Amino acid sequence: MPLKSSRVVVVGAGIVGAGIARDLARAGVDVVVLDRSATAGGTSSSGEGNLLVSDKGPGAELLLAQRSRALWRDLPGELAEDLPADFPDLELEDKGGVVVATTPAGAASLLAFAAQQRRVGVRADVVGPDRTRELEPHLTREVHAAVHYPEDAQVQPVAATEALLASARRRGTVVRQGVEVLAGIRCGARLTGVRTSHGDVTGDAVVVAAGPWSGAVAHRLGVDLPVRPRRGTVLVTTRMPHRVHHKVYDADYVGAVESGDSALQTSSVVESTAAGTVLIGSSRERRGFDERLETRVLAQLARKALVLFPFLADAAVMRAYGGFRPYVPDHLPVIGPDPRLPGLWHATGHEGAGIGLSLGTAELITDQVTGRTGTPSAEYAARFAVDRPTLVPHLQEAA
Amino acid sequence: MADPATDPAPERVDVLVVGAGPAGLGAARAARAAGARVVLLDSSDQVGGQYWRHLPPERTSARESTLHHGWERFTALREALSTDEGCRVVTGAQVWAADRGDDGPPVVHAVVGPADGTDRTTRAYAATSVVLATGAHERTLPFPGWDLPGVFSGGAAQALAKGERVAVGRRVLVAGAGPFLLPVAASLVRTGAGVAGIVEASRWGRITRGWGTRPWELLPARTKVGELGGYLRDLAAHRIPYRAGAGVVAAHGRDRVESVTVADLDADWRPVPGTERRHDVDAVCVSHGFVPRVELALSSGCATADDGSVRVDDEQRTTVPGVFAAGEVTGIGGADLSLAEGEVAGLVAAGALPGPGLLRRRATYRAFAARLHAAHGIRPGWTQWVDDTTIVCRCEEVSAGELRRSAELTCSRGLRSLKLTTRAGLGICQGRTCGRSVEDLLERSLGPAGLLDRGRVSRRPLAAPVRMGEIARAVPPLVHLATPAPSGPVPGEESP
Repeated sequence: MPLKSSRVVVVGAGIVGAGIARDLARAGVDVVVLDRSATAGGTSSSGEGNLLVSDKGPGAELLLAQRSRALWRDLPGELAEDLPADFPDLELEDKGGVVVATTPAGAASLLAFAAQQRRVGVRADVVGPDRTRELEPHLTREVHAAVHYPEDAQVQPVAATEALLASARRRGTVVRQGVEVLAGIRCGARLTGVRTSHGDVTGDAVVVAAGPWSGAVAHRLGVDLPVRPRRGTVLVTTRMPHRVHHKVYDADYVGAVESGDSALQTSSVVESTAAGTVLIGSSRERRGFDERLETRVLAQLARKALVLFPFLADAAVMRAYGGFRPYVPDHLPVIGPDPRLPGLWHATGHEGAGIGLSLGTAELITDQVTGRTGTPSAEYAARFAVDRPTLVPHLQEAA
Repeated sequence: MADPATDPAPERVDVLVVGAGPAGLGAARAARAAGARVVLLDSSDQVGGQYWRHLPPERTSARESTLHHGWERFTALREALSTDEGCRVVTGAQVWAADRGDDGPPVVHAVVGPADGTDRTTRAYAATSVVLATGAHERTLPFPGWDLPGVFSGGAAQALAKGERVAVGRRVLVAGAGPFLLPVAASLVRTGAGVAGIVEASRWGRITRGWGTRPWELLPARTKVGELGGYLRDLAAHRIPYRAGAGVVAAHGRDRVESVTVADLDADWRPVPGTERRHDVDAVCVSHGFVPRVELALSSGCATADDGSVRVDDEQRTTVPGVFAAGEVTGIGGADLSLAEGEVAGLVAAGALPGPGLLRRRATYRAFAARLHAAHGIRPGWTQWVDDTTIVCRCEEVSAGELRRSAELTCSRGLRSLKLTTRAGLGICQGRTCGRSVEDLLERSLGPAGLLDRGRVSRRPLAAPVRMGEIARAVPPLVHLATPAPSGPVPGEESP
């Protein structure tokens, strides 16, 4: 059911909603974006801006990441035509990632993981001690294995969200902030719009891209979706001369991402920003929307970061911030139409990878909504479907 | 769960007081009088806070008493606490985090030692009651040229005068709003600076309405009035002119300030066109008010009022059981109110009840504080004297023009988004200096719709910068980290 020249309501003005709005608008669709608060105010402004392939093993999510990575490469050129020259810089940097194992056991699993990735086209170069020191001169010498991922990149996620929204706006998209979705409007069995704090908004499709709050929005629209918040915390140092040149992770990171454990997990992700600060992540913990930051989490982050970069012991940390990743039990994003309620679409559950995966997600939704063909999205679309086998049991549970 | 045997448990105390200015000293003394064991923390290397800032012990001066209002009261408090074995005063203690309890006071984390030292020790305190007496920081509104050397905040100038006996210039203009301008000018005079004048932003009409309505209510606060009267007499003796309804709207100079432009301000503090006059000065001290330091209160879970101060009840209780707040953190009211609030907080925190005399004294100074705000509170017209080139965030060098342009380009109504696309407030001071001004200027750009997340600038889980190594040492490692998922929910790990 191609919806070209029709109207789509996107709920959520984070990076996923922004990407979808822009892609739909480029395909000629009339788009309204609603957010109960301001643009880029939730998960999109609470992370580091990761565009990663390094943390993904072979499978649909890696395909989506690789496709998204290609779209990110094209984006600056496209935006340059859309936006004024003084638009805030995306700080898109092809800096690459270095994953480090600091134990013999970690080294074995890191090398095996990298080998699998190489078979599906990821550049994952095993590097020896000399090359590692060249890449990261201040890294600990206690390295049992290191893999260089030149395709990993970084973006300033808020600037990217705002740029995507501005580009969409140029094509007629309307972005309404401070507008909260309260309920769905149905015509027969079909969802035809939303009731909001500021009146009704109708459309041929409603795409929920509300990150960890997507479950709550879906519930108001009449279906249940098992999206839960998974808490993360980041430390920020004061500015310093650049001594961390890549995104540097300890090899535990991959395990932590894939774990479903609700208890606190931390693994080091250390990187410099364009401004000269160093960001230290990342913790993962399921504890609802509890906003308090705890020193036990900060201490754990700091200890792990010091294992990788001992010189950071004297670095002054000036800020700590937390956010909520949209977490789904089978660890895959939910992208596509909801078979239980025609007219409803989902684009959420990206956990910590939403910035990177946003562009591929937008392309996939636009393909499905408009009936567009010619992109690679058909290769992996089914794996993200709402009624995929690994999610169906949880849907029943949630309903 | 951490192994109890290896866990250096937080130190248990009855009453923990954070901040040793008038409110904190009053709270510590009162809690001791009620029999509680007290720990009093302050980041400075001496007690007294900003109000009783004085020379270090190795350079004492007999003149302290002439520089400080209520010096005898301060020295008496200091004496009483330093000789009291039930009260431990920890100076050089930078509190950097408060771990919120589920329904009680937080565990308070501090690093102790010289701020520039690399061997500070980490401490944690678990108190039955916590009194937050964290004070306020000064607010100076930006104006073109305010980043030139020679432009001081009133507090910085006063600190140099009180703590170092250094005069900031030979011909100094004092400008801004509120009675604080008077002691700033007085302390300058006493260090030998020439004070060219005091310029107050509020007009006489508002000042007299604010202070003058039902003047008999001020009678009980006559010592406070007397304090201000004393400053005024000093200034009159030195023939220092006082002008109301005007403000410094620009500072000029090549390498440092050489002159300032003063303009009349209307009732909303908008500059009146055509009234600008240049004055030659070599320094200018500017202070427009104070912002409560609420970081620890917010981390502890305390609710705040619309003006950003911590909400307290008649017994100085915050909305979190076991957490009290006293002094400027509950609203700007001066040292006498802070002392009275501190005494109430200290007594109640220790399980005692404040007497009627103390409550009357507090009520009196509260009336004084309300008048102060009515007469001198910041008015929104100030944003009109800022031009596009004016630096608003000095840490990250973000101009008012960049803020306006980013709001135009992104159409965002989110403070968080606009901070991250401009970097305003993201520097070392974390918006403590510029946060409110950034909000005001963005509201001017955004029009009536305004920001959707105003007030967010005050949320700072790290109350002070702290070294990574210190954070790593602050809390013992978690033993359950690498173990598989427990069969039941881990306490505190997951909300229902």
